[in-house]
Amino acid sequence: MSQLTMSKLTMKTEGDTHIVVTRHFAAPPEAVYRAHTDPKLIQKWLLGPEGWTMPVCINEARPGGRFRYEWKNGKGHGFHITGEYLELDPHSRIVHVERMFLPDPTPDNHVETRFDADGTGTLMTMRMTLPDSQTRAMMLKTGMEHGMEASYVRLEGML
Amino acid sequence: MSSLDATFAALADPTRRAILARLAKGEATVNELTEPFEMTQPAISQHLKVLEEAGLIVRRVDGAKRPRRLAKAGIDAMDQWLGMLRKALEKNYDRLDEVLAAMEPNKNKKGEKL
Repeated sequence: MSQLTMSKLTMKTEGDTHIVVTRHFAAPPEAVYRAHTDPKLIQKWLLGPEGWTMPVCINEARPGGRFRYEWKNGKGHGFHITGEYLELDPHSRIVHVERMFLPDPTPDNHVETRFDADGTGTLMTMRMTLPDSQTRAMMLKTGMEHGMEASYVRLEGML
Repeated sequence: MSSLDATFAALADPTRRAILARLAKGEATVNELTEPFEMTQPAISQHLKVLEEAGLIVRRVDGAKRPRRLAKAGIDAMDQWLGMLRKALEKNYDRLDEVLAAMEPNKNKKGEKL
């Protein structure tokens, strides 16, 4: 069964301010939820491109709790994210806000992550909401939306 | 600041996005680009200048006309940025697959199906 499950990532824009990412996992929601909230587990996978590590992973997985992730690439580059948990429904839903420091903070990204049982595994749905009140968020969101539209336009041209 | 910032700034304006959407269908002159908007030609030209400086569009000389079209470099920069985000996510979740597999040692050790 697990060999037949689709693990492909989907990523799409929704409305003016949302980005929705889905991914299937071969483990039950309890495990996927734990991997998203236990700092020791987070440090093993939330690393982005090859070569990056997360030397600092502070995670208070409770409503009102804060988290801070710091990444380094071993070549003198690094950045961090801070965030707060708004809601946690073990083991089905996490709502949090986060911002990246590059080093200036990006506008808050509001993220709802759902873990729904899907066969013997889990369908994760991560819905990001970017504010439209702030100029930088506007830039980011429109940039991303347009990037996607442009990809589709180019794809249509190729087909 | 960086060229990517200039790209995002250029895309932050709805008129400029509409111009790009029009140019995605093919080359157009300033007159053709002005028509659908309730704006003066100088105002449209100003938007075109921002798009041009951001590397999103290019102009061609055709007699007295200066038709604009989408620049591949600008569109590629967008695609690349999105692709990077997607790649980072894919990498993360591939690693998470391994973390999850290691969390259920009994199942793995015996190699039995559920």
